[in-house]
Amino acid sequence: MRKFFNQLWKLFIQLRVFFHQLISPLWRFFHKLASPPHFYRLAATLMPWLTVPALLLITYGIYAGLFLAPPDYQQGDAFRIIYVHVPSAYLSLFAYMIMAISGAIGLIWRMKLAHAVGAAAAPLGAAFTFIALATGSIWGRPMWGTWWEWGDARLTSELILLFLYFGYMALRSSIDNTAKADKACAVLALVGVVNVLVVHFSVEWWSSLHQGQTLMKKGGPGMDADMLYPLLATILGFTFLFGALLMRRLRTEVLYRERRTRWVREMILSPEGGK
Amino acid sequence: MKPRHQRMLAVGLAIAGITIAAGLTLKAFDENMMFFIDISDVVAGNYPQERNFRIGGLVVENSIEREEGSLDMRFRVTDMQCELNVTYNGVLPDLFREGQGVVAHGAIVAGEVFVADKILAKHDENYMAPEVAASLAKHADEKLTPLQKDGVECNSG
Repeated sequence: MRKFFNQLWKLFIQLRVFFHQLISPLWRFFHKLASPPHFYRLAATLMPWLTVPALLLITYGIYAGLFLAPPDYQQGDAFRIIYVHVPSAYLSLFAYMIMAISGAIGLIWRMKLAHAVGAAAAPLGAAFTFIALATGSIWGRPMWGTWWEWGDARLTSELILLFLYFGYMALRSSIDNTAKADKACAVLALVGVVNVLVVHFSVEWWSSLHQGQTLMKKGGPGMDADMLYPLLATILGFTFLFGALLMRRLRTEVLYRERRTRWVREMILSPEGGK
Repeated sequence: MKPRHQRMLAVGLAIAGITIAAGLTLKAFDENMMFFIDISDVVAGNYPQERNFRIGGLVVENSIEREEGSLDMRFRVTDMQCELNVTYNGVLPDLFREGQGVVAHGAIVAGEVFVADKILAKHDENYMAPEVAASLAKHADEKLTPLQKDGVECNSG
């Protein structure tokens, strides 16, 4: 019996060592990721890998959506605004979650780069929110018969999302001390997370003028394949575009935050001049 | 507990607290969060008497009647259980048609007719090509939902 337990213990130790070996390069990767000079270069490497798929997917999605997909049986050609509206609306929530999660990481692990991610993501999220609201309104006028309805939970919560982005950006620019601004903004981003839930579930929890979920509907998407694939392409394409723009903004953000460090000075004075 | 774990706990508790607080608030305002009231509730008398409100449902097939030479019109709206008569005078949105979703703003007059001052069309979550819709409609006759379900009493429609 004792022998058996000894064997078991040995196996446990071996497993632990194995697991540690498996996980430690990952940890090293994360630690390296958090180092600003390393991330500054990594972001530059990543950018073409995000930009090229974004352009390809959006070009295909918009072309197929506008010219190849059949018109809708009720809305005719007016439904085609979906190829911009849905990706923007989805990214308005996605960008907020990026902002909130990076805020939490920044608060808990005191990781400065995480706060930079939030700062870089906010204006992008606000832009996607604005596009979602504007395209929705333009579609709503002929289809619903109204530009805007205050009583509607989906519309109002999406507008609150835009104001949360504005609040986040205003708060950040009103505090001079970067560390303090980071903390305050991270808290604001976390407080606003509940609104993301409200936006997403508003059409299920309450009666709403806005139609329900099409893509994540029970029993598969409520959409013909000819219409669906271009939409999935623009959703994925917009996500890559968001990634590319985020990397671009992050590089500037990191550079600004690290403006007094030696690596920035050395890089700028180097023959390549900071490329 | 390391300080990092304390911060993790603080962030977790804060998010949980805010979510619960927001959840309770929204629950308390549940009625106000509704964009419209179901036809069954209106028929059962559960609607605000002293102010205008919105109803939502489907326009009943073959129920639209138009007055010759004016914009006056009447139709029935259903939630597949009860029906309600609606009158309206005004411009209609593109998507307004029989069998489609509609939201009407107005009030109950004389206890039976909903007099609308604004009509909005509601789209459902299905998108398809006209040919697909046509072939679906062809086969739909066999499994039509009955307008009056068992066990629900309605005094109109």
